[in-house]
Amino acid sequence: MSKTHKVKKRWFIQEFLHLRKNRELLLLATPGILFELIIAYVPMVGLILAFKYFRYDKGIFGSQWVGFKNFEFIFKSQDAWRIIRNTILYNITYILLGTIVALLFALLLNEVSGRLVKIYQTTMFLPYFISLVLVGYITYAFLDHKNGYLNVLFKWFGFEPHKWYFESTPWMFILPLVAVWKGVGFSTLIYYAGIIGIHSDYYEAAKLDGASRIQMMARITLPLLKPLIIIVFILGLGNIFRGDFGLHYFVPNNVGANLATTDIIDTYVYRALSKLGDINSGAAVGFLQSVVGLITILTANFIVRRVDKDNALF
Amino acid sequence: MEKANRNQQSNWVINGFFIIVCLLMAVPFFLVIAVSVTSENSLLQNGYRFIPKELSLEAFRIVLKTPELLLKGYGVTIVITVIGTILSLLLTAMSAYPISRRDFRYNRPLTFYIFFTMLFNGGIIPFYILMTQYLHLKNTLMALIIPLMLNPFNIMIMKGYLDKISIEIIESAKIDGSGELRIFFRIVLPLSTPALATLGLFISFAYWNDWFNALLFIDNEKYVPLQLLLVRILSQIEFLANSPLAEAASKLQFTNFPTLSVRMAMAILAGGPMLIIFPFFQKYFVKGITVGSLKS
Repeated sequence: MSKTHKVKKRWFIQEFLHLRKNRELLLLATPGILFELIIAYVPMVGLILAFKYFRYDKGIFGSQWVGFKNFEFIFKSQDAWRIIRNTILYNITYILLGTIVALLFALLLNEVSGRLVKIYQTTMFLPYFISLVLVGYITYAFLDHKNGYLNVLFKWFGFEPHKWYFESTPWMFILPLVAVWKGVGFSTLIYYAGIIGIHSDYYEAAKLDGASRIQMMARITLPLLKPLIIIVFILGLGNIFRGDFGLHYFVPNNVGANLATTDIIDTYVYRALSKLGDINSGAAVGFLQSVVGLITILTANFIVRRVDKDNALF
Repeated sequence: MEKANRNQQSNWVINGFFIIVCLLMAVPFFLVIAVSVTSENSLLQNGYRFIPKELSLEAFRIVLKTPELLLKGYGVTIVITVIGTILSLLLTAMSAYPISRRDFRYNRPLTFYIFFTMLFNGGIIPFYILMTQYLHLKNTLMALIIPLMLNPFNIMIMKGYLDKISIEIIESAKIDGSGELRIFFRIVLPLSTPALATLGLFISFAYWNDWFNALLFIDNEKYVPLQLLLVRILSQIEFLANSPLAEAASKLQFTNFPTLSVRMAMAILAGGPMLIIFPFFQKYFVKGITVGSLKS
């Protein structure tokens, strides 16, 4: 009894000494720790709002508990299936398409000489650096019914012009296209930086053995990039229930006629909030998004860990 | 010899591929510029074209005729971008350094503490209530600065970069009697220029392009940033263009308001400045970003 007590005490003193020795490091970290506490961790407590009937005058803790009532609208509404399906399918498309295209670009970029790489990268990055509001403007320039460039082109080739914003099917292709156009510069950079980080010894050894460029790609680059790909993949999966609001709001222009294929959970909640001021349903959806996201990440990570321990995120 | 030839051939193919990709990336921007300098008449008759049939700077003239709104928007956006980027960069570096130090026993718990906010969060509504009801930040510039100040992903990128700074430099500085704070500001920060430049650029773009927090927290005219202005003008023009009043007016030839080109002119004025700045930072990009060591 007294022995474990002593060990505990020694442990405590050791920790204290370590902290005192590193107090300046701790001081450096403190602003960030406090900031995250207030901005990220405190709102997590607010998740209980999903189970309450919120009233501004009573605050989060004073408001009345209502159990699962706030969740009813999600499962009762006819739109539930549609928005959940859209959110998940779009996210899977974005993750897969984004990863494949970015990887391809990064691998090919690695085969190009230095100066050209910079030019290509800068150009591919252009769309990443504009806001989604602007992307909405640009899409509009292409898809405007009367004057849009695409219809001008269609007429030129003798096709029927389309009223893009009032059709739903084309959006299944337009949105992923826009998403890749906007995001591929950044993802390519991440993978490219990863490739650059691979030690040149591997390639030199392979060259001596007479490996071709394709062989080096398949046998060295890709396997060594695997951890990075998996990290990006798992993090992407965590947002599978959460959509890109800007992309799905400004690009399809919030037109009712294309909602069947463009509406996602986030835009749906925003409309519910701005039209009905319905805070409670919004909180319930937010709760689902966070919890499902966490479960997805943990599951994906668990599976990756089972297959290959080194590649798991944590 | 034959092999070198084949390599050269595949180089041509790869370069050709990237030239096409780059064209696809850049062409939409040219279209926007072209539309903004085309006369409204030509737009209505011929639709959008890459080479305008009738040049006209009318759209820019209209936007710049009453510059107050635009200037105010620039003012707000520049203020939040500058202050936000400096604060955010400092906070990011200060948070990333301790967790990059392997001899600091609490680096792993702290990493997880920050990383966890990427996996799980309270969602918009609790955040909105916190910002407005408890921190009372509605309609303040801080409401535009605070939400973007600490991005865990940026901390991980910074940590990845700091991991590469050798511990010997720090150890030897310690032996010379420098404290951690001094080491951080005098040695670590100067060594991190590529990462700081890259992150600073990303952070400033996040501030410059932010419309979401403005949409949530700003309804006072004084604090409308550029992007929110863009959202509002878009809806106002649409409102004007679709109102029966405008239809009647245009029938009577009172006005020929260039709604299409004005829109694109606004887009250029709001997005242009940053697009001109960013290529200058390009050289830091690859060096500055290492996410590979995000683990642990």
